[in-house]
Amino acid sequence: MPLPRTRGKALRQRLAELRGPDVPAKALDARALAALAANPGCRRRAILDGAGVNKAAVASALGAPSAFGQSQFAFTRGNAFEAKVKADGGAELLRLVHEKLDRRAEPPADAQVPDLSAPGPEGRAARTALALREATAAAGSWTLLDHPMLALDVAGSPAFLEPDAVVVHPDGSWTVVEIKSFPMLDGSADPAKVGAAARQAAVYVLALEQVAAHLDPAPEVRHRVLLVCPKDFSNLPTASAVDVRKQRAVTGRQLARLTRIEDIADTLPEGTCFSPELPAAELTSAVESVPATYAPECLSACELAFHCRDRSRAAGAVTSLGRSVRAELGGLTTVEEVLSAARGESGDPDDPAVAALRRAAQLRAEALAPLGQEVTPCR
Amino acid sequence: MSLISTLARLEAVRTGRAQAAATVRHRHLSERPLVFVPLTTAGEAGAPLGALVGTDRDAPRLLAVPQPRDRDLRFAFLAELADVVLPYLDAYAQDVEAAERNETDPETGKRIKVEVELCADAPQLIVPSRAGVDFVRLLGRSMRFRRTAEQDPESPYPAPPRVPLLGRWLTHFGERARVPGSSLLLAMTDVLSRHWATGQSTLEDQHLGALLAWIDPPEGSTGAEAALHAELARDAKGQLLCPPAGPATDPAFDNKLLAPAIERYDRARTAFAAAEDGLEADDRLGELTAAEREIRELVLSRTLPTWEKVWQGLDLLRALPDGAHVEERWTRDRWSFTGHRDRIVAGEPPQPRRDDAVTAANKLAAREREQARLEAQEALDDPLVMAGRRLSGEAFAGEVTDVVMAYSEGKRPSPRPLVTVRTEDRPHLGERVKVYRSLGGKPQAAEFVGREAEDLLVLRVVDKMGRGKEPEAGSVPEKGDRLCFTLFEHEQRGGPKLPDPEETPWTHGGPPGEAAAEAADPPTAEDVL
Repeated sequence: MPLPRTRGKALRQRLAELRGPDVPAKALDARALAALAANPGCRRRAILDGAGVNKAAVASALGAPSAFGQSQFAFTRGNAFEAKVKADGGAELLRLVHEKLDRRAEPPADAQVPDLSAPGPEGRAARTALALREATAAAGSWTLLDHPMLALDVAGSPAFLEPDAVVVHPDGSWTVVEIKSFPMLDGSADPAKVGAAARQAAVYVLALEQVAAHLDPAPEVRHRVLLVCPKDFSNLPTASAVDVRKQRAVTGRQLARLTRIEDIADTLPEGTCFSPELPAAELTSAVESVPATYAPECLSACELAFHCRDRSRAAGAVTSLGRSVRAELGGLTTVEEVLSAARGESGDPDDPAVAALRRAAQLRAEALAPLGQEVTPCR
Repeated sequence: MSLISTLARLEAVRTGRAQAAATVRHRHLSERPLVFVPLTTAGEAGAPLGALVGTDRDAPRLLAVPQPRDRDLRFAFLAELADVVLPYLDAYAQDVEAAERNETDPETGKRIKVEVELCADAPQLIVPSRAGVDFVRLLGRSMRFRRTAEQDPESPYPAPPRVPLLGRWLTHFGERARVPGSSLLLAMTDVLSRHWATGQSTLEDQHLGALLAWIDPPEGSTGAEAALHAELARDAKGQLLCPPAGPATDPAFDNKLLAPAIERYDRARTAFAAAEDGLEADDRLGELTAAEREIRELVLSRTLPTWEKVWQGLDLLRALPDGAHVEERWTRDRWSFTGHRDRIVAGEPPQPRRDDAVTAANKLAAREREQARLEAQEALDDPLVMAGRRLSGEAFAGEVTDVVMAYSEGKRPSPRPLVTVRTEDRPHLGERVKVYRSLGGKPQAAEFVGREAEDLLVLRVVDKMGRGKEPEAGSVPEKGDRLCFTLFEHEQRGGPKLPDPEETPWTHGGPPGEAAAEAADPPTAEDVL
């Protein structure tokens, strides 16, 4: 049994080989982690993300490019808004934290804004941990950490995360701040976007808790994060406390469930490589050597989704029509299986799923019969 | 999703074409709908980029904002939009018929009938997708509190005259769209996916191009191929051949085409403002106009494909026969339209930012009631929907095998015939559960008595047989009739009445007090709409 340290080194080496020669690693961000946690059964995503493979490049090389991208308008506006929120040493931001989360504390004045710059993500993460420790020790004052760097262990390899801000309260507790540029209209924002922000913030909370665990006494990481958005149609910041206990529990559980990347790497054939430079056939077989768990939700979360959807459809998997469809069909997993069971050509009539299917097919045919259409065309 | 619609989806996968999910059309379609295809600027709340709007398929009106961050240009866009939408609404508001409504007499407290006006028809707004419905609501919110120079001479940025009114109307349409079964404002993707089951997931059905590709694929290609083409195919410049139905645009379009064009426009405008003499100004005005035209062309190129798809969707839907209850639900939409028209005429203030407790509770109760009504009516109108209810044990169909005359006990015996029905369905029936069938458009109730055999149900008919000892002709099922009974009621009763707003209990914030006029959103130094 080799020592853990060497093992870690060996894994890093192995992941670099998977990425391909001279391909820089793509860092995992919180959004990717939240998406990964949403589909923990997908080994393909776990190994590609874990190895830092640029999935967008791989998808293009496979001939199924992803449709993700950010408009420069949104980008400019998002940056301008964040700069506005953090202007004046974060005075406005701290005022919002005080008002929404910690009214009993002294109002923030002369808050500390430590410099967190350091070379490399490891250096920045160490610098952040140090700043957090100092700020917590210096109880009684407010500290704003602007773009700190946090390390989180994901399936055996470290991921570096950069929250918009972390605030240390006078009582020594920590709050994650998430700055988003979608509007909060009359006090409410788009629930889908708030949900995504909460899942992302939950990842930061988990990472902060790992940092906090190294301190004695361990400071409290607050489970209510601050979501800062533009108010109505203006560019003025407004904020709301969002409870992320549920998202934190779900994400934490899913991340723990992620099959260890080492174990997945061990199942790959020797010499497997996911470099986008490879010939398409070779790359395809490399990607196909890891099983994926495709569901339509992947389309909005994973760059490889169109490739996986192709494969899933070609295999006739019913999940490509949605997870709920798969759930109501019992043990039948392919389109042909279901249709032949419905026609009465296969399947066990005592199986309740099969019996319900036949009944449904009969009722459907009966309802469509007056139209004189066996297989209804739509024109 | 019921197993029947799942089967339809699987069948669609196998055949490569969408399958029927309804045998009739369950939404009203106006003869002259107003189609609205909006685009918005990414990252900005309520900063429209442009739109195609109109009632004539061959002559849409193109509106564009060459610099979406410029307040004046946005106001110009909204004023132009008001010029298209408000005359369209007015045409419907003026054509009225007499109707009666039940009201409580304020003096006696009795329910009396009042003669009121009801608009003979209502306008209908059609947007490509659900995001379009949200955008209509957002536009409404952004406009309805604006003040015109006439209302508030002090206002630093007065809105053009009819903009606040348009805001109130769009808010009303957006709010009405939340009522199940309403058709004042429809999202094309929602209506199409209600009537057809495609071979893709409901998430993918949100893409209008892909959805239509399944329903009406071009000659020689399957739905799956055509849908993939609609989702991903790009031209040589990297632009989607089938642009998203909006209001959000494709990032590649923003970055490669729109941003440079807006920059050129800004430069031309600065140069024009800096012109020193008339001749120079003329030249630069030409450049400015050219830059503006270029942006208009870009907006047109992204909206026109969607515009055509919305009309294609309308064609497909019009080919379906009307459901029997669609007209009745449309009458409710007409009442809703008339009601809002009256509120505006009466000079009531715009809809508040937040509803008070009683209004909110009323809205929720109304939506719940309409949902139940919609479900019942769709099942009665459409055998395919009824099949789903039969599968889930909420209805059963079968043949009458026996009718035995019986009477109720009491001083005046009334007919209570026992009807035996043979059915293969498996309804969830307990003793004395009420079931309903449709008799000349009205529900007739019966009670479940018991089972004679696994597939023989005995029912006791309890109403709609007249007042006499002998039931009226045709009111009792006869042997050999094929009938369909439902376990759900056909008509919805209103719930208990809510208190007046002045009687709001303290648990719900107490009486709202004096109505204060809502202030307009304060303008800030930043760019605001």
